[in-house]
Amino acid sequence: MLDSKIPAGTLDQKWTYYKGHCKLVNPANKRKLEVIVVGTGLAGASAAASLGELGYKVKAFCFQDSPRRAHSIAAQGGINAAKNYQNDGDSVFRLFYDTVKGGDYRAREANVHRLAEVSVSIIDQCVAQGVPFARDYGGLLNNRSFGGTQVKRTFYAAGQTGQQLLIGAYQALERQVALGNVTMYSRHEMLDVVVVDGKARGIICRNLVTGELERHFGHAVLLCTGGYGNVFYLSTNAMGSNVTAAWKAHKKGAYFANPCFTQIHPTCIPVSGDHQSKLTLMSESLRNDGRIWVPKQKGDKRKANDIPEEDRDYYLERRYPAFGNLVPRDVASRAAKERCDAGYGVGTTGQAVYLDFKFNLINKYGRAEANKLGIQNPDTETLMRLGKEVVKEEYGNLFDMYEKITGENPYEVPMRIYPAVHYTMGGLWVDYELMTSVKGLYALGEANFSDHGANRLGASALMQGLADGYFVIPYTIGNYLADDIATKPIPTDHPAFAEAEKSAADRIHNLMNIQGKQTVESFHKRLGKIIWDKCGMARSEEGLKEAIRDIQALKNEFWSDVRIPGVIEGMNPELDKAGRVADFIELGELMCRDALDRAESCGGHFREESQTEDGEALRKDDEYAYVAAWQFQGEHEWSLHKEALTFEIAKPSQRSYK
Amino acid sequence: MEHYTMNLTLKIWRQPNTQSPGRFETYPVSNISSEMSFLEMIDVLNEQLIKDGKEPVAFDHDCREGICGMCSMYINGRPHGPWQNNTTCQLHMRAYQDGDTITIEPWRANSFPVIKDLMVDRSAFDRIIQAGGYISVNTGSAVDANAIAVEKDHADAAFAAAACIGCGACVAACKNSSAMLFVSAKVSHLALLPQGSPERKSRAVNMVAQMDKEGFGACTNTGACEAVCPKGISIENIARLNREYMMAGLSAD
Repeated sequence: MLDSKIPAGTLDQKWTYYKGHCKLVNPANKRKLEVIVVGTGLAGASAAASLGELGYKVKAFCFQDSPRRAHSIAAQGGINAAKNYQNDGDSVFRLFYDTVKGGDYRAREANVHRLAEVSVSIIDQCVAQGVPFARDYGGLLNNRSFGGTQVKRTFYAAGQTGQQLLIGAYQALERQVALGNVTMYSRHEMLDVVVVDGKARGIICRNLVTGELERHFGHAVLLCTGGYGNVFYLSTNAMGSNVTAAWKAHKKGAYFANPCFTQIHPTCIPVSGDHQSKLTLMSESLRNDGRIWVPKQKGDKRKANDIPEEDRDYYLERRYPAFGNLVPRDVASRAAKERCDAGYGVGTTGQAVYLDFKFNLINKYGRAEANKLGIQNPDTETLMRLGKEVVKEEYGNLFDMYEKITGENPYEVPMRIYPAVHYTMGGLWVDYELMTSVKGLYALGEANFSDHGANRLGASALMQGLADGYFVIPYTIGNYLADDIATKPIPTDHPAFAEAEKSAADRIHNLMNIQGKQTVESFHKRLGKIIWDKCGMARSEEGLKEAIRDIQALKNEFWSDVRIPGVIEGMNPELDKAGRVADFIELGELMCRDALDRAESCGGHFREESQTEDGEALRKDDEYAYVAAWQFQGEHEWSLHKEALTFEIAKPSQRSYK
Repeated sequence: MEHYTMNLTLKIWRQPNTQSPGRFETYPVSNISSEMSFLEMIDVLNEQLIKDGKEPVAFDHDCREGICGMCSMYINGRPHGPWQNNTTCQLHMRAYQDGDTITIEPWRANSFPVIKDLMVDRSAFDRIIQAGGYISVNTGSAVDANAIAVEKDHADAAFAAAACIGCGACVAACKNSSAMLFVSAKVSHLALLPQGSPERKSRAVNMVAQMDKEGFGACTNTGACEAVCPKGISIENIARLNREYMMAGLSAD
């Protein structure tokens, strides 16, 4: 049933074989083919630019006021690539292996290997575009290390790597706009996919300024619309990040894969109160230089700097001596939750742990600088000062951000951090060519499920977004469109367009006509609380069943009592938000069902019933080595398709970072 | 840091759309925590307005971590409010005291027409980038990344210029509504790198031409842009743009 279309050949030859054998579209025919790209983050902008360069007629859409604002821009720490510039033993194979292992053996080997292969070209491409990666004094590129790996393969631009990569892709996109190959539609939100004779042939979208619904034809449609972390209400996602495009595609026949695989990032600024609208990440790269600890005594109320070394529990270093503070994200998050639940948490809420830079400021950076300057026997103050200068260059913007949000200076006192929802590994099911289960409908970047299994390693999201957009889709889309060169553009008065537009319009009218009492925001908060409590860092059968009931009840309440002010004609951000929250509610139910089905612990999915004696996640390969691809059947109804995962090269073992 | 709550008076610019005239409306908000961000305070107001059956205040915002460049409020006469090197979304309410009155306007510039309330249309910036704010390299034609060595000083300076988030505060602060800081940041970023060198002349000329076409005013070196830039983009970049522009003119064919 599910054909993942993995090419023949040995793992390291599959992509080469594919590229050598896929169908091509000649330049004259490309000009006749129209491609719709929804979303302009790293995946969307790189895809739109690359397809425009190839000669396709591209229409790109984003809900923000400019494609440059997509949330990829907020990625901080870096982008992985198997360049081995540091001569520390890295290779394509190692990056592949680390990613499969880091994903807890729930990703597709062939996709991950391709990702590792193209990673090297991404860095070349970005540098050529002028992305200002960090460099050494010799003028060559610098690297840092990230969680779940033992090599330095992460390229970075201070704490603003995502911004710099996105601006590179955005500039490439705007160049194609100037050349007339891409037409850009900003402040537009996709509300449906138009399917004609079983193939995706266009979209319906709302012009967020005028409120009008628009019909757009495309020979193929690419969804590059990011993840669904905002289902939790509080997450590190941007306020506008939403699942609507992917969810509409799901309801039109695209399977949704592994929705319960969500990543809770260990190092975020803790919640400060009920007013909280979003959470802010402190890059994982900080774990290179920060040590995580809590007091050894429960409820120790002393200030962090007053707690002496012997009263501190560096629990990651204690539990995982091999990887220490650089264990993968899922492991670090659960360990923080464990300490806080046990009563060792710090701060006013007790829901935080310390991330402390003092040791490395002094001993690592301070001493290195002192040596460079030839300062003999420097005192602690000098070491601190010298260390600070280096850290400022590496992470200055992050430290500033922390200070603005909390009012505390992290150079002086340890940061307080706590895990927060950050990324969603699940997403639309795609085959090797990134095509969903609807022909001609593709999903790229975080919107698909394919490369990160049950847990994504740091600095791999940027890699995947750009891999999909720059180096995968330009080949795979040709293999599909080569058979479509005779297809004339379908006029948008075709009944399928009219029907899709009518259903979008009806839904908007239904929402506006409820005229209830509760705000959209209040529903979103309640949904988030249900999912965070019962489908967050720890999940149980009982809790998930409760959550499903709660979400179904919430859905009924939403559709009978939500209040949306304003009118349909014209700009109405509350109406836009209502549509998104309505979709999140439906997705939330599916997440819980998926989490219920998967009675094992793997990666970010921790089922309380499935753990080892010392509280580590217990994976069950004999029962659950599959991708759970859910097909929408009707309200509250889905059927499950299982894509078996086979591991020819990276043989599954219980992950150990001890 | 001591937490406190406050009651405030907000004077906010309300304008239904580009065509209609706008005016200030006054709203009281109470029980605002010093821990809130400025936009969370606006969220509180909007929830209240919706409950009272009124239309909430429309404003641009997205990442709320100071990097996407979408938020754009002119607060008490200053883009992004009172803090240095800061965006509105990162401004926190501990900047204010109980009883304060805060006036909030959209960016004011002819080239940034108001769409609704505090939202403006900044698509002129995209069109300036389209005029030349890129390096012409198609996907796949790059050489190995380490084949191009870049002097660290140049790389760092290019990075500092590339940190621009395109929010438009520079334009909003400038009495001439000049976009020189924005344009010069992009021209500098690319001119400082060897990869950007082949197109540096046409880039400077074309971007400046587009800036003029969009109706942005001239630069008179007051430095207001630098003072409010959330990313600390230096007006040295404007000097560099002027040099690039002049060199392009001097060496024109």
